[in-house]
Amino acid sequence: MSDVSVSMDKGPATADLAEGMASPGDFIALLKPRVMSLVVFTALVGLVRAPDHVHPVIAFTALLCIAVGAGAAGALNMWWDADIDAVMSRTRRRPIPSGRVTPREALAFGLTLSCFSVGVLGLLVNVLSAALLAFTIFFYVVIYTMWLKRSTPQNIVIGGAAGAFPPMVAWAAASGSVGMESLLLVAIIFFWTPPHFWALALFRAEDYARAGVPMLPVTAGADETRRQILLYTLFLAPLAVSPSLFGYAGLGYGIVATVTGVGMVWLAYQVYRTRTGDAAVKAARRLFGFSILYLFLLFATLLVGAFVPGI
Amino acid sequence: MAKANGPTEPERPDGVVLSEEQKRRRRARSIAIASVLGFLVLLFYVVTIVKLGPNVLNRPL
Repeated sequence: MSDVSVSMDKGPATADLAEGMASPGDFIALLKPRVMSLVVFTALVGLVRAPDHVHPVIAFTALLCIAVGAGAAGALNMWWDADIDAVMSRTRRRPIPSGRVTPREALAFGLTLSCFSVGVLGLLVNVLSAALLAFTIFFYVVIYTMWLKRSTPQNIVIGGAAGAFPPMVAWAAASGSVGMESLLLVAIIFFWTPPHFWALALFRAEDYARAGVPMLPVTAGADETRRQILLYTLFLAPLAVSPSLFGYAGLGYGIVATVTGVGMVWLAYQVYRTRTGDAAVKAARRLFGFSILYLFLLFATLLVGAFVPGI
Repeated sequence: MAKANGPTEPERPDGVVLSEEQKRRRRARSIAIASVLGFLVLLFYVVTIVKLGPNVLNRPL
């Protein structure tokens, strides 16, 4: 933290000096930029794969609002979880636990961006997408962050729906409706979320236990978590191929989804099989890293397929 | 206020005095907010033109 000094008059109008110390970069950090980039990418795929043509400026506006809405949800999550973030090594350098931003500033920032993103999306694009974005923010902040995260080991299973909605919101922005393909994209991300986050939780279990978050490895143990990871992955792999089977995507996507799905299942099986020592940690880290690449490849192929026939 | 028996203290300004670092950060935040607001104005203008359609420029003089 930089050294700042203020001289104070001991009069009645003393300001709260912890506020007003943050830089714009600190506020941007509240938005969870890495999560935002994933949201924008999946939303972009939903946007381009929607059946109706949308003007590029309207498309840009929709993506911007979805990105800002996701960032606002992230800021509100950081506001609510500041106590947990301070305890966990992974999150203690975030703006609020490190003292760069006060909780009140984060709350005001998150609420303002939430209202603006939904309002602008409704005014400039359409009401359906704005309503879906509002629901997404509400689901992530209230249902997941304030309720599920601290109360059930199924927190990221149910709460993961919020991360799955952006392609559907973008689809609605482009077409004014919710299509079957967009629901498939939501389902893919929804069933990808548990193996992704539980792989992380396997090698961060102590952190979550210290913070009192009931992640599955903390409540049910590592072995049960490994079993659940494998089961979800066995369901996810064919689900990810289904757009090709239903005719929404071409053969190229089917091949990519099959090959990467085999990779996911193999790595999930390695996590299931390898239960002790450094090898178990490495297996979980490998699955976690590959799961990010897996989702990226699926959606990147869908994106290319929107412009190149046969993919 | 001067003491009765001692050297006069320099006058302290009323209110909170910000350090240079705090002033710099406040200025950066102000510029960021102004930029975002300006961008919003531009966005609304451009989207309005887009929604009006190409014939907005086609009007009899």
